[in-house]
Amino acid sequence: MMAGSGMRTCHLVTAIIALALMNPVTSGDVDFTRDIRSILSQHCFPCHGPDEQARQAKLSLFTFDEATSDRGGMRAIVPGDPDSSEAWRRMTDHEDPMPPVEENNPLDARELELLEQWIREGASYSPHWAYVPPQRPIIPEVSDDQWPLDPIDHHVLARLEAEGLQPVPEADRITLIRRLTHDLTGLPPTAKEIDDFLQDTRPGAYERVVDRLLASDRFGERMAMYWLDLVRYADTVGYHGDQTHRIWPYRDYVINAFNRNLPFDQFTIEQLAGDLLPAPNQDQLVATGYNRLIQTSHEGGVQLKEYRAIYMADRVRNVSETWMGATVGCAQCHDHKYDPFTARDFYTLGAFFADVDDEEHLRNQYGGLNTLPTRRLPEMGVSSAASRARVAAIEARREQAQAELERVMAGLEDHQPEWEETIQVQADEIQETTWVDDVLATGGDAQGDWTFVREPALPAHSGETYRKQSSTGLIQHYTVGTTNRTIPIHGGERFFAWVYLSPDDPPGAVMLQFNAGGTDWLHRATWGGDQIEYGRRDEDWAGYRRQGDLPPTGQWVRLEISADEVGLAPGQIVSGMAFTQFGGTVYWDRAGVEGHAVPREVLDVLSLPREDRTPEQVDLVRHYQAETSPDVRDRRAAISTLEQDRQSVEAALPRTMYTKRLETPREVRVLPRGNWLDESGEIVEPAVPVFLGDLATDGPATRLDLARWLVRPGEEDGVGEMTARVLVNRLWALFLGEGLCPSLDDFGGQGQPPNHPELLDLLAIDFVESDWNIKDFIRRLVLTRTYRLSSIPPSVLVEQDPTNALFARQARGRLPAESVRDTILAVSGLLVEKIGGPSVKPPQPEGYYQHLNFPVRRYDADGGAEQWRRGVYVHWQRQYLHPMLRAFDAPAREDCTARRSVSNTPQAALALLNDPVVVQASRAFADRILASEQADDRSRLSWAVREAVGRWPTEEEIDVLVDLLAENRAYYLANPTEADAAAGVSEGTLDSGARAAWTGVARVILNLHETITRE
Amino acid sequence: MRRSLVSNQSPHHQLILDQLAAVNRRQFLGSLSMGLGAAALSQLPGVSFGQDMIPAGPYRGVVDPRHLIPRAKRVIFLCMAGGPSQLETFDEKPKLAEIDGQAMPGSFTQGMPIAQLQGKELRCLGPRATFSRHGQSGQSISNYLPHIASVADDIAIVRSMVTEQINHDPAHSFMNAGSILPGRPSMGSWVTYGLGTESQDLPGFVVLTSVAGRNPQPIASRQWSSGFLPSTFSGVEFNSKGDPVHYIGNPPGVSRDRQEHFVSAVRDLNTLRASQTHDPEIDSRIAQYELAFRMQMSIPELMDISNEPPEVLEMYGATPGDGSFASNCLLARRLAERGVRFIHLYHRGWDHHDGLRKYMDVCCGVSDQPTAALIKDLKSRGMLEDTLVVWGGEFGRTPMSQGSGTDPGRDHHIKGFSMFLAGGGIRGGTSYGATDDLGYHAVEDVVHVRDLHATMLHLLGIDHERLSMPFQGLDVKLTGVEPARVVTDILA
Repeated sequence: MMAGSGMRTCHLVTAIIALALMNPVTSGDVDFTRDIRSILSQHCFPCHGPDEQARQAKLSLFTFDEATSDRGGMRAIVPGDPDSSEAWRRMTDHEDPMPPVEENNPLDARELELLEQWIREGASYSPHWAYVPPQRPIIPEVSDDQWPLDPIDHHVLARLEAEGLQPVPEADRITLIRRLTHDLTGLPPTAKEIDDFLQDTRPGAYERVVDRLLASDRFGERMAMYWLDLVRYADTVGYHGDQTHRIWPYRDYVINAFNRNLPFDQFTIEQLAGDLLPAPNQDQLVATGYNRLIQTSHEGGVQLKEYRAIYMADRVRNVSETWMGATVGCAQCHDHKYDPFTARDFYTLGAFFADVDDEEHLRNQYGGLNTLPTRRLPEMGVSSAASRARVAAIEARREQAQAELERVMAGLEDHQPEWEETIQVQADEIQETTWVDDVLATGGDAQGDWTFVREPALPAHSGETYRKQSSTGLIQHYTVGTTNRTIPIHGGERFFAWVYLSPDDPPGAVMLQFNAGGTDWLHRATWGGDQIEYGRRDEDWAGYRRQGDLPPTGQWVRLEISADEVGLAPGQIVSGMAFTQFGGTVYWDRAGVEGHAVPREVLDVLSLPREDRTPEQVDLVRHYQAETSPDVRDRRAAISTLEQDRQSVEAALPRTMYTKRLETPREVRVLPRGNWLDESGEIVEPAVPVFLGDLATDGPATRLDLARWLVRPGEEDGVGEMTARVLVNRLWALFLGEGLCPSLDDFGGQGQPPNHPELLDLLAIDFVESDWNIKDFIRRLVLTRTYRLSSIPPSVLVEQDPTNALFARQARGRLPAESVRDTILAVSGLLVEKIGGPSVKPPQPEGYYQHLNFPVRRYDADGGAEQWRRGVYVHWQRQYLHPMLRAFDAPAREDCTARRSVSNTPQAALALLNDPVVVQASRAFADRILASEQADDRSRLSWAVREAVGRWPTEEEIDVLVDLLAENRAYYLANPTEADAAAGVSEGTLDSGARAAWTGVARVILNLHETITRE
Repeated sequence: MRRSLVSNQSPHHQLILDQLAAVNRRQFLGSLSMGLGAAALSQLPGVSFGQDMIPAGPYRGVVDPRHLIPRAKRVIFLCMAGGPSQLETFDEKPKLAEIDGQAMPGSFTQGMPIAQLQGKELRCLGPRATFSRHGQSGQSISNYLPHIASVADDIAIVRSMVTEQINHDPAHSFMNAGSILPGRPSMGSWVTYGLGTESQDLPGFVVLTSVAGRNPQPIASRQWSSGFLPSTFSGVEFNSKGDPVHYIGNPPGVSRDRQEHFVSAVRDLNTLRASQTHDPEIDSRIAQYELAFRMQMSIPELMDISNEPPEVLEMYGATPGDGSFASNCLLARRLAERGVRFIHLYHRGWDHHDGLRKYMDVCCGVSDQPTAALIKDLKSRGMLEDTLVVWGGEFGRTPMSQGSGTDPGRDHHIKGFSMFLAGGGIRGGTSYGATDDLGYHAVEDVVHVRDLHATMLHLLGIDHERLSMPFQGLDVKLTGVEPARVVTDILA
């Protein structure tokens, strides 16, 4: 081993020297963008750049005019004359150099040489490339005109020819279909798909594979993996208790958007401002969940203004990184140090989002948010075709029932005399009226958690279900302004509610509270302690009527209070009830009121001769007759049931956070140095960064204006082509391994300029002109010669272009985390494919959520089919992402991720070796191998390797597996208990040894580097 | 002459390359054993790979040689999560006792950020502890911490800490990463990136947690995330209960020999594939599998403290397998012995909004003895001199009371709190900085979190200005963009 070490060291050193030679100083060949800007940016702009606050000596070198202006007889830069240039003099001053020694940021010899040459050649500046709208380039000529299949290939080849480099040959067909299938669907091809392709010798075979894959629903799942990284989609709030929030319908929107090839401009508008479109449809509202993907907190003691600032910064960072490839977030405390974004631009951009209503949780006045999922209002129900059909059917029946009711009502008068006689008899009866039992059908507004549940251990007191309310503090649920049910007070009514206080977790106090219209809630009765502060006074009063101790726990008990004790007088109408507790767990069941069966005022009217009754009295009696008529009641009950059916369909709809516009947007001030406590800054309106233009709207600009500006062409005063340039560069990197501009996330001055600026411009312009057609764009990319190249480079390429910046070969690399999972499940046969739905929870190590709290977290892994769903559907817990996904570099999605890092760690090896999911997949794969109808072990092994990596193994490779299989067999034959355990079968199962032996082989194949590598 | 092959690389990439150039083969290959991986390294421009590299020796970091003469080789950070009260531990305030129960003077609190006491009446809560002098240095330490008091001459107490975040989650981020912006690396990641590890088969940055006290605040794994640094520099959580590391146990029915055979079959097949594709990433993969297999053996052995002598277990108060802070302190020593660079303990339970007396009893009861035992144990093994021990919470607690009843508590406080440091390069027996008479504002020799970071890095031989990484256009440092100072007065 030592013998070779010297050579390897040389290799590394050679590479470093090669880099040093990459920027030779040549006469007449200094290019500001390529050679100079990054030097100035790195060494000079921190103190002599766009940030006026940080500027030293009032000198800016940011523009030609500034750098060459007269400064009392001297100029920082004198074009053509380094020796007269004050800046140059200082840079080369050994005693007192620039940058100052204490900055630890010296210019090296090569940089100085470049700077001198640049000044000598006239110190020409060019505007930063990313802020110059794309120009359509001419298609360069190439000497090998057979090679290019698309203008893209002309650009790539022309550059390679200029560098004297040769592209590698095309990859073999197996590699090609495997690459295509991984790239376009995130899954490997099946052996049959490979065979079909190999056997398809007609022209257009490759194109047919591409079209098949683009038409597959898996395409949307694969593209979503990337988009969800950019917009930092996750299933949890991120901060503090990291509770689940309701957002997965947004993820499905993204998948579907890619599958139905929604144009990217529309995709942009719907996410940022779907709610502001005229008559937005459900999809467009779900899309606005984008604005809600920020990390949120309701940690006790959060300060409203601080978190408003944090949320706004989160949104500014993401919108600028996702759509602009810009780091506007850097301008939160000061003008950007390298790019022309001012701190004011940061706040004006943030002001677009000041109308996004998401403040309810920060106020958290009822302490009821430590639930799973937590509440992040506003949320909307998301209907499906099936649920819409059900609602339509219910509505039709309800209309029918309504017609019948009207018919019955019309017939009441005919029976009035008999009815009046019978009613006299009931004069003294007492009856109960239910307000709420198994559904909330009172109409009006409801707040708090009105979920009706039933726990196995606790049967309902009444009906089927009840509400469970738990908290460590004050918590309530209520309904108010009811339309379907109101309670007129006649005198003598008693309100009641059935409750069950948990013996293990009793509350400190419970309260019933009544609303007598509007905001009149001053009618309360409490049981237990005085912890509930609403209406609390030292003395008892109608607004806080103490009822003594809590009722007994562990049984259903009836809380009762008379109307007059809580200050409700005859004539008042109750149209709201609240159910409040302090701490503990209380189950709330049926509630309502009891009172005289026939109200006093009705009896009074009935005692009058009919002809003496006033029209009001006639109405009163008629009304009461209808209320108590069994016919009317039946029909009303039927209508009510249908109404409840409709509500339960709607209540069962999945909910998702969306954007609801605040009537009055929050005030946005420039925060000096980002300090939210400092309110001295200017109040700003929404605006795009000043140097990029002006929206010229009538009245304040909106998110819709921002979204449209991002995708509107330059000739219409938008920045569409620049937005397109950011996106096409990322798509290029997704399919070619590296961007045309390597800085996928920063097109600013500190990023690297593009290696292929003309090609990048061409693709951006073509993409806009294609009406932002993503599938067409990707189809075009994968049909190029460049895409089809082999990923095995000759050593000359490794040395001359180690990062493959010029694309003389394809990229190779490990699959993204989700695809590692998907590939293993697909090869083993376990994969369950289904588009969309709630996130799934595959098994994970026990105790992984032990550090979460509020509430304490238990991970209930999905059993059954759900655990075998694709990685894109795995529950994304920001603070504790599934450890297998983490081990393969899936990001936590706290912020925009344009490029995942690719590590190669022991944690990843351990996950792939020992994760129970992989173990189960190995068993399933073993079963597939044993069922494969191959003649012998060698052909079985060969079949198995091909399933995983697409190619047939060599004899040498099969030998390795034959050895392993033989030793496995010997071991498990001798150790039957171990065999049962390894095979995952109950003790003494026949043939567990064979299954165990093959499971081990399968596990090795699933662990191969090649299995999880896209080549 | 030929034009450049690719665009001008940022000079900071050049800096990294220069550092890499100083790296000998052993270190470079060692970086593979850290899981840096060919792909990660290939993102550094100009780095290419031999085709049959085999890892050897641990990764030695980008600060090689050190900027300064290092005083400490490793760090053990004892994070008292939730925020312990300085007023009941290290910051004696007799004036506060005098005005117990009286209104807090508005001059102290005007315009200051406030957490759960927002909008509430602010009343002083006198110290719920008695203080006395300890050691030859005569440091003032409360009666809650008798064991730590016994090592008073080994520790430097800083009574003038300030931080910028008043809620737990962001305050931890600030303490760990110097920023609340997402994607910033934790200090353990910075240190491991800078200095590498001395261990062949353990991660460079290990996290251990325990719980006891008031309803524990959550703690996010982002607190030990490497952020934008390669994920191999992330802290790895070791559990003293259950599987010590995720996926460390063999699958059912797989003996050690079987597992070894599986891993060697994977290696053989990967090696054959490497000969077809010349992909250096495969060599790295092979190395990771071998390292993983070694970890499967070494970590369970490491985590089993039952083979420690009884007197050692007794000194810490540790019971093998109990998952306690005491066991974690003992494990910290074992990890330190094995060359782990940064060992971060979290004890959750210090968020004493109410029941201050009750919960101080609990938290100090479980942490005081093992903390002192760790310092004594390291000292007796000659390791304290090159191990930096840091103790403290993400913030402190208010001089004002919170809650009612006989045993109220204190709210979060960021304008003045206490921490202590011991070991590698620290001058023991030092008291540094002071708060005002009521313990509200740090007023003398104020130490900001970034000063703590600068001091820690300094002791490790790193100039905090020179350990940076370009990220989104900025050369990001642990100490951020504001000036930070090394607290030289507490250095030996």
